Amino acid sequence: MGGVRPGGDASHAEPGHDAPYEPVFVGAVREELDALLGRYPTKMAALLPALWIVQRERGWVSDAAMTEVAALLDLTPAYVKGVVTFYTMYHQHPVGKYFVQVCTTSPCGACGAEQVVEAFLKHTGCGELGATSPDGKFTVIEVECLGACGFATPVMINEEFIESVSAGSVPKLLTTLP
Amino acid sequence: MADVQLVTLTIEGRQVSVPAGTSILEAAKAAGVLIPHYCYHPGLPIAGNCRMCQVEVEKLPKLAPACATAVGEGQVVHVFTERALAARKAVLEFLLLNHPLDCPICDKSGECELQDYTYLEGPAEGRSLDPKRFNPAEDFGGDVLYVTNRCILCTRCVRFMDDVAKEPVLNVSERGDRAVIGRFEGKELTHPWANNVIDLCPVGALLSKDFLNKARVWELDRAPSICPNCSQGCNTILETRDNQVVRMRPRSNLDVNAYYLCNEGRLDYRWMNRADRAEAPLVRRGDRLVAADWDDALKAAALHLNGKRAFVLASPMLSNESLWMLSRLVERTGGAGAFRVRRGPEAPLAGVKDLALRAERAANVRAAEMFGFTKSDTPLDGMRDGDVLIIADHELAEADHAALARAGAIIVIGTVLPEAARGALAVMPATNMAEEEGTFTNLRGRVQRYQQAKAPPGMSRPVWWAVADLLAYLGESAGYYLAGEAFAALAAARPEFAGMTYDTLGFRGQLVAGAAAPAETTP
Amino acid sequence: MGYPHASHAKETPVLSRYFGDPGAKTLDGWRQRGGYRALEKALGMPLADIVNEVKESGLRGRGGAGFPTGVKWSFMKPGDGKPHYLCVNADESEPGTFKDREIMRWTPHALIEGAAIGAYAIGAETAYIYIRGEFTEPLRVMTAAVKEAYDAGIIGKNAMGTGKRIDVHVHKGAGAYICGEETALMNSLEGRRGNPRIKPPFPAVAGLFGQPTTINNVETLAAVPHILVNGAAWYKGMSRSSPKSTGTKLFSVCGNVARPGNYEVEMGFPFKEFLFDLCGGPPPGRRFKAIIPGGSSVPIQTLEEAEATPMDYEGFVANGTMLGSGGVICFDDSQCMVKHIARLARFYAHESCAQCTQCREGTAWTTRILERIERGLGTTQDLDTLLELSDQMTGKTICVLSDSCATPIVSGIQKFRAEFEAHIKGKRCPMGATAAA
Repeated sequence: MGGVRPGGDASHAEPGHDAPYEPVFVGAVREELDALLGRYPTKMAALLPALWIVQRERGWVSDAAMTEVAALLDLTPAYVKGVVTFYTMYHQHPVGKYFVQVCTTSPCGACGAEQVVEAFLKHTGCGELGATSPDGKFTVIEVECLGACGFATPVMINEEFIESVSAGSVPKLLTTLP
Repeated sequence: MADVQLVTLTIEGRQVSVPAGTSILEAAKAAGVLIPHYCYHPGLPIAGNCRMCQVEVEKLPKLAPACATAVGEGQVVHVFTERALAARKAVLEFLLLNHPLDCPICDKSGECELQDYTYLEGPAEGRSLDPKRFNPAEDFGGDVLYVTNRCILCTRCVRFMDDVAKEPVLNVSERGDRAVIGRFEGKELTHPWANNVIDLCPVGALLSKDFLNKARVWELDRAPSICPNCSQGCNTILETRDNQVVRMRPRSNLDVNAYYLCNEGRLDYRWMNRADRAEAPLVRRGDRLVAADWDDALKAAALHLNGKRAFVLASPMLSNESLWMLSRLVERTGGAGAFRVRRGPEAPLAGVKDLALRAERAANVRAAEMFGFTKSDTPLDGMRDGDVLIIADHELAEADHAALARAGAIIVIGTVLPEAARGALAVMPATNMAEEEGTFTNLRGRVQRYQQAKAPPGMSRPVWWAVADLLAYLGESAGYYLAGEAFAALAAARPEFAGMTYDTLGFRGQLVAGAAAPAETTP
Repeated sequence: MGYPHASHAKETPVLSRYFGDPGAKTLDGWRQRGGYRALEKALGMPLADIVNEVKESGLRGRGGAGFPTGVKWSFMKPGDGKPHYLCVNADESEPGTFKDREIMRWTPHALIEGAAIGAYAIGAETAYIYIRGEFTEPLRVMTAAVKEAYDAGIIGKNAMGTGKRIDVHVHKGAGAYICGEETALMNSLEGRRGNPRIKPPFPAVAGLFGQPTTINNVETLAAVPHILVNGAAWYKGMSRSSPKSTGTKLFSVCGNVARPGNYEVEMGFPFKEFLFDLCGGPPPGRRFKAIIPGGSSVPIQTLEEAEATPMDYEGFVANGTMLGSGGVICFDDSQCMVKHIARLARFYAHESCAQCTQCREGTAWTTRILERIERGLGTTQDLDTLLELSDQMTGKTICVLSDSCATPIVSGIQKFRAEFEAHIKGKRCPMGATAAA
């Protein structure tokens, strides 16, 4: 089930491991975090929001980013990693430019979600779940219930939530991506 | 304690009264009933995750986790009903589902709670037809090896690092049956108290690399002891195999070390096994030291001491009994005594009050000072020219060598004969702390017993014994056959120890008169 | 209304009245539709009166447990000197359920208004709306609406000019079903793994940040303004069967059904009429085989059982299941029940937080057994093993995720045993849903 595989050749990923780490929380991004901190009585409570900012800025949450977040929120990197690995939406590896999540839980499964997954794997060139396509554009995963069961099959492509996708509508959908 | 409200309940037919707020699990312990458990540990916050301690409480519809359920007045608890047993058996089947059952090659085997409770209450066979999950073992750094497949995710280790060490370097990573104990890449488990996770682990998941594959634990002999490696006085269990100390583990004492022992202390036991020991008394014949009987050595020493001042260089690693006996020798000869103590960085265990690896790395500094020995980095400064220097198992540093020449004579009572003291007139072989029974006084003034863990080499004797015999040769009525007798004499002579005997000390110790009230280690 | 379908005449649209109406999303639009009158009224009422009105209405928690909302609020003790919190549970993740999503998408101010009233009634100055991370559109809509409400002074340090402080913050989840469990949600909000907590202490004593906390579902809070404006008696009057179930309820309908979507009906509405009249029955040419009426965690009903059920808390219990979250999942006669039950078990195995032994290991083990049966490799003993494991996974853990995994397994084997046996005896899926191994 689910999960992204390491090693994909993702074009917009962070530079190689040798390159020096550029902090995420500088300038306006730092101000955004500071404003968030005002919402909670503890710094720790800003952890999930801070990780979301990292993912928005970098496309995934690297170990270096976890270390940066930990220092900002008075946590340890190990603690942050324990939290990151709990939540399925944080990418611990670079992913394709388009991250495609297809709901396959029972209600959607009853309405053809498996065929939708097959169609995505075929038409994106990903071949298998969790792998990034050779051109670095796509990563396709199955996800558990997206909470739109009446609109089977719901698919998320990055932040876009698309309802009522069928195997037949996949090729056209892919052509509409920016 | 007077205003603590007591709650009375019945556990397995036994009535027991415990303070309000006590868990059923602890109340059962008080009633002499062991409720099987994994995640619960009295030193850690409640997790309630293993679900092993489920018991039946009358009038409650569901089984109750005994660790997370507070006692109630008039509660009736059944631990061994069919329903409770079935629930615990199921937990064991679930825990064993992916467990490799590699007990024959597991260091924990023999002291493993998974084995113990499976033996008591577990299923005879597993029903799974599917392959087991596999995860590679991981070196956590420091002395700790994580054998992932054996882990039952009780999170004792994580909670220790979070809440006791206050350095959250371990975590639970992933979720569901993919979950494992994790750490951050590149962050080694090197906190000075991190090794406690090995003792806390109820199964064979966290192992000591130092002890790895060294022994089957049922081959070990065990003695209650005190860690001698700093002045905290942590209670320990010394474990030996074939007369070699192979492991030192913490023994709980809520007045001193709670349940813990630091890494440095626990791993510094190899000196107890050193092979270059003084094994026979030696006396000087011309330019040679020759082996002799104890009486020859004692006589030679007494002869040289007659009418002379003794200057005693006493190791702060010696027992109360030995240091006191040496202080009597100082007193009788009108001499003096001193010692040097090795120092190192202090390392507190943040979550426990008044518990630290202390800067002074010796067991009995407090008693040495109490008995009149002067603490000094250059302890021989106080020696007068012509004094008889008695080196009582004290290390000799390079800086001490010049002063040795000022001594009228040198007598060595020690575990080894230092190279620089080869000019001694007599040498008496001494036992180390693992080889004798005795007491230490920790930095807070707590007098604590330790027992003999291994046989002493050759003819060696405890220092107190040798010195008592020497005093007898000097005309004092001394001569004790048991450590307890020596201690009783000490208690009779020194007001700080008034009223103490080995029996009253028990295994939690007693404070010397005038010491401050004990610091509670329990949060 | 049954968005995406036009409202059915037999519906009672209270919460769903403006679903599909883009004008209702904005503050002005919401005010034109009568919005924020209830909050204005509430801010002038003694706290106890608000709590009593809600108690009197009979409103019960719409997240699944059905606990009386007013009673829950009465556990909070305003003025005890501690900060109080309201958590809004918008982590709607129960398979089959998508009602809170529509409330937030179409009527965000309804939730803000309900949350503000709830916070005020329990003496809280801060409410957090915890929305699951996958709900990108509801997150956008709610965030914009909260900003509008702040800008208009409806919420904030001087809510509606009354000098009372009510902060409302949107907090984004990150992918974890279990965070819909109230104590897991609090842990998650605090920046922790979403592990459910042992109770006691209960949230009203020590909840979010260790302070007294109330947690309510989106649909529950959205109903509160209507109760304050129209009165408890009006709300209580919407009850067709059991007097203990009052008001309207949104049911999400999905799976093999002619018209999937949300439908709002009075409590006690006949399930048969609901399924065949409102939802249009099964897809053309098919028969309903099984219905899960309250989200995937409740027992599966056969069509016969479903047809006899009045749609309220008591009615579903009397017919062997629960109202749960109101997520109605329909399976028609083309579907393999073994495959679906295996898939549901896999869902729970994926979502188990890993704390309790029975859940961590049991959800994964039962999944493996079920998937093996589906592939034609089951043994006759497997069914007994599944039932025994399910029994040991029920009522023995910190939260009910483990129970939820066991529920479809037990009810599935009870009601569709022949299908399981056919897989085992025939050594393959008789419906051809999965290739034999």
